[in-house]
Amino acid sequence: MAKRIGMEVSIAASEAVKLADVDLIAAYPITPQTHIVEHLAEVVADGELDAAFVPVESEHSAMSCCIGSSAAGARTFTASSSQGLALMHEMLFIAPAMRLPIVMVVANRALSGPISIWNDHSDIMAEQDIAWIQTFAENGQEVFDLVLHAFRVAEDSKVLLPMIVNMDGFTLSHVIEPIEILDKAEVDKYLPPYKPKVRLDPRKPVSMGLVGVPEIYTEAKKATNEALINSKKVVVKAWKEFGDLFGRYYNPVESYKTEGAEVILITMGSISETAMTAIDKMREKGLPVGLVRFRLWKPFPATEFKKAIAGAQTLAVVDRALSPGGACGPVAEEIKAALYAERGRPKVFNFIAGLGGRDVTVENFEEIVSRAFTYAKKRPKQLYEMIGVREI
Amino acid sequence: MAKIDAIMGWKELDLGCVIRQPGSSRAFKTGDWRSQRPVVDRDKCIKCGLCWVYCPDLSMVPAEEGYYKVNLDYCKGCGICAKECPKDAITMVLEED
Ligand code: SF4
Ligand code: SF4
Repeated sequence: MAKRIGMEVSIAASEAVKLADVDLIAAYPITPQTHIVEHLAEVVADGELDAAFVPVESEHSAMSCCIGSSAAGARTFTASSSQGLALMHEMLFIAPAMRLPIVMVVANRALSGPISIWNDHSDIMAEQDIAWIQTFAENGQEVFDLVLHAFRVAEDSKVLLPMIVNMDGFTLSHVIEPIEILDKAEVDKYLPPYKPKVRLDPRKPVSMGLVGVPEIYTEAKKATNEALINSKKVVVKAWKEFGDLFGRYYNPVESYKTEGAEVILITMGSISETAMTAIDKMREKGLPVGLVRFRLWKPFPATEFKKAIAGAQTLAVVDRALSPGGACGPVAEEIKAALYAERGRPKVFNFIAGLGGRDVTVENFEEIVSRAFTYAKKRPKQLYEMIGVREI
Repeated sequence: MAKIDAIMGWKELDLGCVIRQPGSSRAFKTGDWRSQRPVVDRDKCIKCGLCWVYCPDLSMVPAEEGYYKVNLDYCKGCGICAKECPKDAITMVLEED
């Protein structure tokens, strides 16, 4: 087993892409994703990775190029953030509709405006309906592991859908962490070469990405959505196999000290590690609190989530994006919809925190939990609230 | 696609709606949104072929003895052929008539 080395998480992400032996990378640099593609450009230029690196003129072109590459049967990677991801928006829907297993790392960053290069989840939450499989990493090792997992899942013949690995911008992308980099032989055991079921080939011509007239559009949408929902089985299986090979096990929904918890905090991404510290502190004080985190975001793991929160009376859902004018944040919305039909469902309170790079501290989590305990007794007037906002 | 009549269920669709049979768009009849159709009066027609040249959908096709006839599988009823015919040999008639 390889030893852990200190490495910037963005570099670890690109090392995973290198080990996956991708055929094509098309990307446009944007903070805080830049180091990932910079490093990949270097390893391609240095001959360490035999791949085409296409320095496109925009993210729209990056995703267009990835779609063409993947349609030709090449293992394809890109990365983006914030405005870049937004510029890709139009093309993002095409990849799953054409069943192309492109893998993308999104270094999550706030959307403008005001202009912000800092971390939150507003970029990815604006892309909820693109039909890509989406996971969230909490630390550097997970980023490395989840990138390999993404290729494995996306290219599985039962899945064939594109996949995003979300990692928090700066908080993860720019920090140096001890990371175990697997060696090539180990990765090869886990990740077989991509065998496309159908691809662009002049010797065997096919047409892809055609018009869907009203008589067929609904059926086409249903087919892609079913594939997305069913991908969960492969997501879980590929994590199990990863764990069996390398000793690190992952689940769609992760629980921390939820036994006997009256209030359960719900988080996603790197703030989960701070949340665990907060839970430890509160548990020491005797508060019955626990933590549940989403590692798989799409397809939404409703069954696993309901199991994880079973027994809790109150949920304190932390969203890192605002849904302006809406009922609550996007994560809380999904949770409320999933729980609505459940008998004896818990009360759900929603807290918006960590927007545009604002730190979410242990004290913030303590405050959130304390409010959740209060609200459980006396229902608040508001549907959600923003943590740490100056009310003056 | 096996069936082109758009009566396929979602389970029957090929992966990503790919079409493996080149030239299959011919089997996709696109003339069904037409509200009018051109009728050629052969007594007036001088076989100049301008209707064939101008039809944007290749729906005016050479017929026997040098005449032209309309292919209603694809004709959209736009009326360009009738407008361009130098002999006013083409009349547009309502589909329901
Ligand atoms: S009506 Fe239009 S589409 Fe039909 S034959 Fe004439 S020119 Fe072609
Ligand atoms: S344009 Fe008129 S005259 Fe010329 S071939 Fe067509 S129908 Fe006949």
